[in-house]
Amino acid sequence: MHTPLAEPRRSIYFDYQVYPAHTASVNAAQVERRPVVIVGAGPIGLTTALDLARYGIPSIVLEAERQVSEGSRAIVFTRRSLEILQQVGVAEQVTAAGLGWRFGNSFYRNQRVFRMEAPHDADDRFPPMTNLQQPCLEQFLVDACQANPLIELRWGNKVTALVQAGDYATLDIDTPVGDYRLEANWVIAADGARSAIRGLLGLQLEGAAYEGRFVIADIKIELDLPTERLAYFDPNWNPGNTVLMHREPGNIWRIDYQLPRDETPEQALSADSLRERINAQLAIVGVQNPQWELDWCSVYSARALTLPKYIHDRVIFTGDAAHLLPIFGVRGANTGFQDCHDLGWKLALTIKGVAGPGLLASYSAERVGAAREIIAEAGKSTRFMTPPTPGHCLVRDAVLSLSLTQEFVRPLYHWRTSRPHDYVDSALNCKGDDNGLYTSGPHQGAPLLNIRLGDDQFLFDCLGASFYLLYFTDANEVPGDIQAQVQALREQGVPLQVLAVTGNRQGAISGADGVIDDHSGHLRSKYGARAGSAYLVRPDQHVCARWQQLGGQALRAAIVTALGNE
Amino acid sequence: MDNKQLTITDLETVYDQLADALDQAAEGKRELFLVKLALLSAQALGDAEQFMTLTRTALLDL
Ligand SMILES: Cc1cc2nc3c(=O)[nH]c(=O)nc-3n(C[C@H](O)[C@H](O)[C@H](O)COP(=O)(O)OP(=O)(O)OC[C@H]3O[C@@H](n4cnc5c(N)ncnc54)[C@H](O)[C@@H]3O)c2cc1C
Repeated sequence: MHTPLAEPRRSIYFDYQVYPAHTASVNAAQVERRPVVIVGAGPIGLTTALDLARYGIPSIVLEAERQVSEGSRAIVFTRRSLEILQQVGVAEQVTAAGLGWRFGNSFYRNQRVFRMEAPHDADDRFPPMTNLQQPCLEQFLVDACQANPLIELRWGNKVTALVQAGDYATLDIDTPVGDYRLEANWVIAADGARSAIRGLLGLQLEGAAYEGRFVIADIKIELDLPTERLAYFDPNWNPGNTVLMHREPGNIWRIDYQLPRDETPEQALSADSLRERINAQLAIVGVQNPQWELDWCSVYSARALTLPKYIHDRVIFTGDAAHLLPIFGVRGANTGFQDCHDLGWKLALTIKGVAGPGLLASYSAERVGAAREIIAEAGKSTRFMTPPTPGHCLVRDAVLSLSLTQEFVRPLYHWRTSRPHDYVDSALNCKGDDNGLYTSGPHQGAPLLNIRLGDDQFLFDCLGASFYLLYFTDANEVPGDIQAQVQALREQGVPLQVLAVTGNRQGAISGADGVIDDHSGHLRSKYGARAGSAYLVRPDQHVCARWQQLGGQALRAAIVTALGNE
Repeated sequence: MDNKQLTITDLETVYDQLADALDQAAEGKRELFLVKLALLSAQALGDAEQFMTLTRTALLDL
């Protein structure tokens, strides 16, 4: 019998709500078959459910626990994550509750040796980074899921076995009153770093585990410091190691520090050790005799691992179940959001019978590619933060020392943050368009660039669960051949919307579903477009084709490719 | 490799300076000093490939 914790977890800043376990299915007369069952109600499982629901695809989410996750865990969310969360309807809450920021500082021997400034364009709705504790974010997602009639969230339901057969999988589920069975045409494994499903299928992650282990401690303290990333290299109290500080909402501060090599997690998390080290770090930021209260602490190790394939027959891996990434570039949850946003539309259109045979497979190709790129990139910052060998230690220490006076080594402090992945080599990209002729604007595979359209209005606000054709025009109608193809594609069930970007203050454009007034020419110039140009955007906001002059046939061919028919 | 070469006199100067600097660096800091010097020299050299060749040469006959 599965007995998840029934008492609310303790937290200074978050009121945990314990939900009743779903037990109605135990002893049911029949085994239910559902189109999609998602295992794990972490940020990625919940976002996947919301994303699928936008296409009308219902899902069941099975969650072993009866409440959201313990401790702050992922606290930094990137702009791209916010754009994805906007699509599933929770960005406003996250922005209101979170703290936006854009500066990162690296210190060595009390000197600031590097300052990173993440660009913030006036055309962006969301700041480069937003800090919010993971349980708070999960709560917004849980609320949105519970308000959605297409999503059934089953708390206290733990998957214990999985068998695949033909076009479905059977799950054994344990609950506080006994077990039951559930069949699913598709199982989404979003069950986190220790994925039970990964184990049940006997799959192995590939890659490297790094030596360094970090203590993560959240304390409540009032500090007169801005919301910026603070990194301290080789501080006097922790020689050779690195310490990070981040502000979280509610006067909570995250202090991450590396453990000395020979220390066990138990030693590191003892009350005396924590107090002494946290006080030593607070002294460095100028606080003497500090008063603080501990909220949560844990030990985390840097790993860079991925499954080589995310789709195994009817089981699809996403988020931490698919890969484990070093946290230094805030890549854990932020990568997961990009995974599930890539998956959502592909699975939905596959279930609806609109997709070609290659569409779902492109999820695995695109996201495994992204994970491998992240692993290579993350390895560089990880090797600088926690040098793995004596040679790395020496060179890193030499760089620290030189950085006090030598400008040229300072970029080595650069913290390579999670970036939106460019699917430049995707099989879904159009082969015969004018991508290469453009000198500006988002290229094939990249996410669309946001554009400010009004005081509180941005291009991304106009987007939803559909392909979009951004058609730049000075005329009053979209050309007939394009309209005809759009019509025909829609009749086949392809979700496709035409947004006319107008240069002449034309009001209504026949053949367009929406009009974006661009008489200032701002959007046009940022996108390198002119009258007759067009961008085709996938339902996950990544560009798959762009033309300087679009015709109807070219549009059809690009959509056929983008649906995985090649 | 570049044609620019040290004269015998220059080489003798470098020899003595390097030895003096190594003696000035505190015991236990000599490795660090040498790595810093290597990085500064690489920057002055401005050629990663040549630096690689030099690294391989220095690894010979240790
Ligand atoms: C201590 C710690 C600190 C972290 N700090 C950071 C950070 O600073 N920045 C960052 O980006 N990331 C951080 N992460 C990583 C981040 O939390 C994860 O990347 C993120 O939670 C991944 O989301 P997910 O939905 O894929 O998995 P999870 O959030 O792990 O969710 C998986 C869910 O599946 C459920 N589950 C598991 N097994 C079963 C089963 N058999 N049946 C049913 N349900 C099951 C679990 O209960 C859980 O709710 C941290 C993680 C930890 C553990």
